[in-house]
Amino acid sequence: METPRQYEVVFIIDPGADDDEVIRLTENHRQIVTDQGGVITKSESWGKRPLAYEILHKTEGTFVMMEIEGSGKEIAELERRMRVNDRIIRYLTVRVDEDRRRAEKFKARRARKAAKRPPSRGGSSRGALAPEFAAADENGES
Amino acid sequence: MSSNYEDRNRGYNGDEDMDRGRPMQSRGGRRMHRRRICRFCIEKADLIDFKDVRLLQNYIPERGKIIPRRITGNCAMHQRMLAEAIKRARNIALLPYTTD
Repeated sequence: METPRQYEVVFIIDPGADDDEVIRLTENHRQIVTDQGGVITKSESWGKRPLAYEILHKTEGTFVMMEIEGSGKEIAELERRMRVNDRIIRYLTVRVDEDRRRAEKFKARRARKAAKRPPSRGGSSRGALAPEFAAADENGES
Repeated sequence: MSSNYEDRNRGYNGDEDMDRGRPMQSRGGRRMHRRRICRFCIEKADLIDFKDVRLLQNYIPERGKIIPRRITGNCAMHQRMLAEAIKRARNIALLPYTTD
């Protein structure tokens, strides 16, 4: 089989839901994904946050983010369930594996270029700055 | 990752910056030159995350519109990534579509 796809799913739960319900819903979704053969690599709750605009006359909501790895089938099922569930007021799925691979490629290319350029040539201001940038880059990556 | 964004927040500082970015007409009729650089290229950003509201907020002024790249000086690739991220953030109510 081809390499699994990676997705990021963010959904907003009705602010009326208490902690128990939030946990239950999250657990439920986790179950749906694993039943379909997906793997949850990360799951985090951002808690209650204000919404940038009103959705269904609500001004805040509980945000939950999950990272899922799978074939795409589990995403279809998950989205279907979320659409039906009226406690979920909004959801967003983003496929991230392609973008991440691209980012890796850029990073590798940069590293190759940096290796090719001899450090002794760093008499110019640009060369002198390079190590600093490299250090910043490492910190910046998640 | 998030700790770094504190010092990144220099992208857009209100209308004052906007005026400076516009090519001003000097008396000679020649355009004023201002060197613009893509902040994301300097940071070597390969990905722009839609969840990073603090970063994206620099690119939407009060009205909620995305600042064009002729003003921010971003390169085409990064402006595209930025626009995409902002649109995603809008979809899940992290950022507004409009404000008034």
